[in-house]
Amino acid sequence: MADITPAEIDRLYEKLDKEAASAGYNLNPEKAMTRELLNGLLMNQQRYGYPSCPCRLASGKKEADLDIICPCDYRDPDLEDFGACYCSLYVSKGVAEGKEKARSIPERRPSRDKRLKVKEEKKEATISSLPLPVWRCKVCGYLCAREVPPGVCPICKAGKERFERFI
Amino acid sequence: MALNHVAGKNKGKIMLYALSTCGWCKKTKGLLNELGVEYDYTDVDLLKGAEQEAVIKEITKYNPDCNFPTMVINSQKCIIGFKEDDIREALK
Repeated sequence: MADITPAEIDRLYEKLDKEAASAGYNLNPEKAMTRELLNGLLMNQQRYGYPSCPCRLASGKKEADLDIICPCDYRDPDLEDFGACYCSLYVSKGVAEGKEKARSIPERRPSRDKRLKVKEEKKEATISSLPLPVWRCKVCGYLCAREVPPGVCPICKAGKERFERFI
Repeated sequence: MALNHVAGKNKGKIMLYALSTCGWCKKTKGLLNELGVEYDYTDVDLLKGAEQEAVIKEITKYNPDCNFPTMVINSQKCIIGFKEDDIREALK
């Protein structure tokens, strides 16, 4: 395995920073930590073939790790509850502006045993048994299925308050 | 298991289970180095197959979620995550 070069980290940093800004997200302003995490993402890409969360143990099987490929399934609820995602690559506006500090947070991902169980129990969803509510951006019509609407619409950047429950 | 030993002051038997790619694990190692305590660590992502499974089983005894970093002091006290205050307090 080749070491990751600073230039590779620079390139990923620039790309993710641009994407985050355009979608209403923020990268961790603590640059040394962010570079460390980007190094981990690139390392995992090299090792496993996909950029799984640097702070979680990947299985090496993509199908089993889909939920922890960055940005992970747990990022947005963690941003909502803790102001940072699990590894702290993504942070809330408050943390990005230096009003709060990112910290080590509890793991939201179910344990390996529980994940396997959920997979077995999973049934086909119908409209009347949707696992999540569907939210609609009243500005641009963007739809998303999640517990709460996103802080900022990723399409038109409208605020959370512009969302209505659609289903 | 491939243990990495760091020499320092003896504050009990400190075992750190970490990931080589994890920023919080790196901060935890940095804090232990700053405190100058003696400890062992293993980067679980660098272990393979049966060896990795065995270590996961061992961690699960202390931390059923098996997330990182997990620090075990004297095979009893377990600190999960980079909890700077807790770590400083436990190693006073």
